[in-house]
Amino acid sequence: MSQTPSELKYASSHEWARLEEDGTVTIGISDHAQEALGDVVFVELPELGDRLAAGDEAGVVESVKAASDIYAPIGGEVIAINDALEDEPETVNSDPYNDGWFFRLQPDDTTELENLLGAEDYAEHCAEE
Amino acid sequence: MNQKNTILTTPLHGLHVELGGKMMPFAGYDMPVQFPGGIIKEHQHTRTHAGLFDVSHMGQLIVSGPDVTRELERLVPVDLEALAVNQQTYAVFTNTEGGIKDDLIITRFADDEFFLVVNAACKAQDTAHLREQLSDDIKIETLASRALLALQGPTASNVMAALAPSTTELVFMRGCTATISGVECYVTRSGYTGEDGFEISVPGAEADAIARILLNYADVEPIGLGARDSLRLEAGLCLYGHDMDDNTSPVEATLLFSISKSRRPRGAKAGGFIGADSVFGHIENGVTRKRRGLLVQGRVPVREGAELFDTEGQVVGTVTSGGFGPTLQSPIALGYVASRSADFGTELFALVRGKQVPVIVAKTPFISQRYFRG
Repeated sequence: MSQTPSELKYASSHEWARLEEDGTVTIGISDHAQEALGDVVFVELPELGDRLAAGDEAGVVESVKAASDIYAPIGGEVIAINDALEDEPETVNSDPYNDGWFFRLQPDDTTELENLLGAEDYAEHCAEE
Repeated sequence: MNQKNTILTTPLHGLHVELGGKMMPFAGYDMPVQFPGGIIKEHQHTRTHAGLFDVSHMGQLIVSGPDVTRELERLVPVDLEALAVNQQTYAVFTNTEGGIKDDLIITRFADDEFFLVVNAACKAQDTAHLREQLSDDIKIETLASRALLALQGPTASNVMAALAPSTTELVFMRGCTATISGVECYVTRSGYTGEDGFEISVPGAEADAIARILLNYADVEPIGLGARDSLRLEAGLCLYGHDMDDNTSPVEATLLFSISKSRRPRGAKAGGFIGADSVFGHIENGVTRKRRGLLVQGRVPVREGAELFDTEGQVVGTVTSGGFGPTLQSPIALGYVASRSADFGTELFALVRGKQVPVIVAKTPFISQRYFRG
């Protein structure tokens, strides 16, 4: 069974979002998503300073099999990207919720997080897919 | 009943599910794309040990009857007369325009009997083509109830040595009847991974038992279609419907080796196959595009459909298969490239999501093939 940590929020398109203590929001893809994709071999991240709205394409994750788009779960400015994924994209498989994070946003409006799914609802969403 | 909802299964379906296979539809069959280890591990395992593949979705046919050799020679540009009993050859069915209807493996079973293995997606079309082209005296038997297992990798022969010792004396593209655990099988030294290996045609009812016996060996792991694709791509082997089809000739597809010398222009039995005029035109006058390997520079996978450009920005081709090569630890691709840009070492660009990704035209196979030739 894939893991869905309860402290995170989830988009139905399988990104997770974590509100950090400093008010920024870290984004990655869920355990369910990495499992469905299989071995990740390449991650294309947004650029520092990019301004994204909720639902915007923010990058691409490629497994051996196929390429999948990543969407911004909330709006904001990209203030950090996980450069380490360039050389070690497989981290997305091994540690999707920590070292396998994708990028960090300075959110426009943290209340947008409330539009996302909680862990239980997300797990249910995955089960239905 | 909605026909589209009926999905076929192979005799190993239950085993795949039991082993945790991730099942997906492929050519009308519910097949495992990967097992819990994942594609990269399965790929590496096949290159270093032995992988077991279920290829029962492929079509197995027996074509027999008086003068069947000469009749089949009209459909494939191969010198079948020169094929010994238990010897096999790669071949293509040509169409009237000299394109490729399907690619297949032909094994001679007897003077007037051949065993054909064709692509799953082309089974019905190939059977119809054979029936239409061969005379009524020729019997076409579809072995629908038989399964086909492939055991591939450098230690596959150790496993076969324990189970059916006679099969380890086979060299590449030869076959024999062998008894495995009391079951009569037809075993060939062949496969589609670039590795030494065997294909085992077995009655469907016994397939599960034979597969479990093979999987009991520490060296043998189950392998899904995902790794089958990355293995064949590294080995530079064509996938029908992607790297060649009805609109590509064997010459464009750089499959000239599939045309026997005696069937080529000025050969002892030149021509005499469907579409020979077009194919000969391609052999004699050259082609405007050729299938080539593409070594991708960097880490961005370049996939089927990506357009190729020369350094001046002119479109020079298209990618027909692309992905990640786990042995090479790099993305690789196959594609068609305009002949003027097809020299090995030519630097091109593939367009991926609007960005230029440098690729270098390369020889295939990308890895050295390790077939057992004795």
